[in-house]
Amino acid sequence: MSVSTLDPRAAKAVARRRERWASSRTYISAAIILIWCLLPFYWMIVTAFRDVGYTFDPTPWFTHVTWDNFTTVFSESLGNHFARNLLNSLIVASATTAVALLFGVFAAYALARLEFRFKFLVLGFVLGASMFPGVAIVTPLFQLFTNIGWFGTYQALIIPNISFVLPLTVYTLTSFFREMPWELEEAARIDGCTQGEAFRKVIMPLAAPAVFTTAILAFIGAWNEFLIASQLSSEATKTVTVAIAYFAGSQPHQEPYTAVMAAGTVVTIPLVILVLVFQRKIVAGLTAGAVK
Amino acid sequence: MSMQAEPLTRRGKKGTGAGPENKEVGQDRKQKTQGRAAALLIIPSMIVLGIVIVYPVVDAIVMSLQKDAGLDPATGSFVAGGFAGLYNYIHWILQQCNTPGGQASCPAGTLGSQFWSATGTTFLLTVITVALETVIGFWMAIIMSRTFRGRSALRAAVLVPWAIPTAVTAKLWFFIFAFDGIANTLFHTSILWTGSEVPARSAIIIADVWKTTPFMALLILAGLQMIPDQVYEAAKVDGATAWQRFTQITLPLVKPALMVAILFRTLDALRMYDLPAIMTAGANGTTTLSILVVNQIRIGFNSAAALSTITFLIIFIVAFIFVRFLGANAVESATNSGKVK
Repeated sequence: MSVSTLDPRAAKAVARRRERWASSRTYISAAIILIWCLLPFYWMIVTAFRDVGYTFDPTPWFTHVTWDNFTTVFSESLGNHFARNLLNSLIVASATTAVALLFGVFAAYALARLEFRFKFLVLGFVLGASMFPGVAIVTPLFQLFTNIGWFGTYQALIIPNISFVLPLTVYTLTSFFREMPWELEEAARIDGCTQGEAFRKVIMPLAAPAVFTTAILAFIGAWNEFLIASQLSSEATKTVTVAIAYFAGSQPHQEPYTAVMAAGTVVTIPLVILVLVFQRKIVAGLTAGAVK
Repeated sequence: MSMQAEPLTRRGKKGTGAGPENKEVGQDRKQKTQGRAAALLIIPSMIVLGIVIVYPVVDAIVMSLQKDAGLDPATGSFVAGGFAGLYNYIHWILQQCNTPGGQASCPAGTLGSQFWSATGTTFLLTVITVALETVIGFWMAIIMSRTFRGRSALRAAVLVPWAIPTAVTAKLWFFIFAFDGIANTLFHTSILWTGSEVPARSAIIIADVWKTTPFMALLILAGLQMIPDQVYEAAKVDGATAWQRFTQITLPLVKPALMVAILFRTLDALRMYDLPAIMTAGANGTTTLSILVVNQIRIGFNSAAALSTITFLIIFIVAFIFVRFLGANAVESATNSGKVK
């Protein structure tokens, strides 16, 4: 570089100008990303609050604001049972998360902390399982659940959900646990704790945030599931994702766009709040193992 | 085990298996006692995964070797099923159906005639979406890795598309791409987005890219953050240009994280179901393998099971190729907590 040939003051000015240019470019790019990520979401909310008669009104801000669409979503007169669907999703996602955590915590602890043979194999199996295509188990489970009378029950949704939530849980927790200050456990053991006590009194409080983050990821994964729920649920156990996909309108061949956007808003807002509040933790969880 | 012969083990101080000299009797005994504890902790999870994954897969393979019960088109009488050998696989791969005149190519429009087109659609959508997501995700990651005011707000915002359920994403983009929708209004076009092949596929690709690029960007960002600043400063001092710094430092150092991200996304895209199922119901050249399987389930379990086994094998082969030849070692990077080399 030719910096050394310039006098220092001029060089500094050049560097400062270049820096300012670079930083404004960063801000422009950041703005583009922000708009790209949020605009469709914003459009969903605007439409959710818009009068049906103005469904396709392109005005970019809130106009013809009404709560009617939300009333339509929760009304049962068109054959929708949205409140029930919400409850179903809550039940299925919570149960899946609970079961996955119950088993996952122990497996992850062993994978992160203990030396044993076949560790590589177990991790490979867990990772492979997390990338497993859902359709491959839907067909046999459809037949099995029909035969044993489980079709349309909650367990018929929870069991296949575990197939992808449990591997995700084990994988994420293992990465988290590996980054924890395990020296403290050793210190506790030197002070006279058993391994179990050290785990309960020292490690559990430290691990709580990791377990909590993993629980959020597991819950979101199960809450958003569509393929399994669309095939193995009945009217009584239908989850929200399926309900939104096949939402019934008042006209047979007319998509009830505003109502569907309202339903989407109801389902999404809690998730978005959750994500914004725990942003840092969720990013850490998603990329666990890669970030120190 | 994944012990790597690297001179610079960051955690070498503890000495658990850092080098061959540690692999002595004590190490063996430690492994043995820890092995028993590990087995106790891991076996419950393995049993659960065995029940929810291995059992259905084996069941699917068994089912796929059975005939579907139904009317035999040749004789017109009811057949109860029975052993079919590889008939169901041949049915899909050669697109051969039972007709009154014996074996013939499946008539156009039936599910049996769609295997190869569905495979082609699946791979096309996968290649395009993953390529776009990698490039855009990389760019987003670079922006997010810079220090500026509002950076954490940006990182929170990119999580919004990721958090929205795919079913809602599909409906949202279905609305945006409606004939009177905002996309046509904004660009002064009048395209029937879900009415023909290219627009329908484009709509699905755009929706998918919107939804999953943030995930890709965050994985790549995690890789970028592992690169120490000093490396860049040293390169700057040595007079490397921005482009040289990108190709000589960023790319090679972020490659392990990038390959794992691409592997994850590819395998995820290959099983794509929600977006095309909701946006187009598989019409106009958007039937993916997953959609084909689901459509078949209610017609005949056993041939659906054969198709889902084929789908599983295809995804497995792609994963194998990635890990074996492209160096995407997800397990290794999962076992190796410190990815910095």
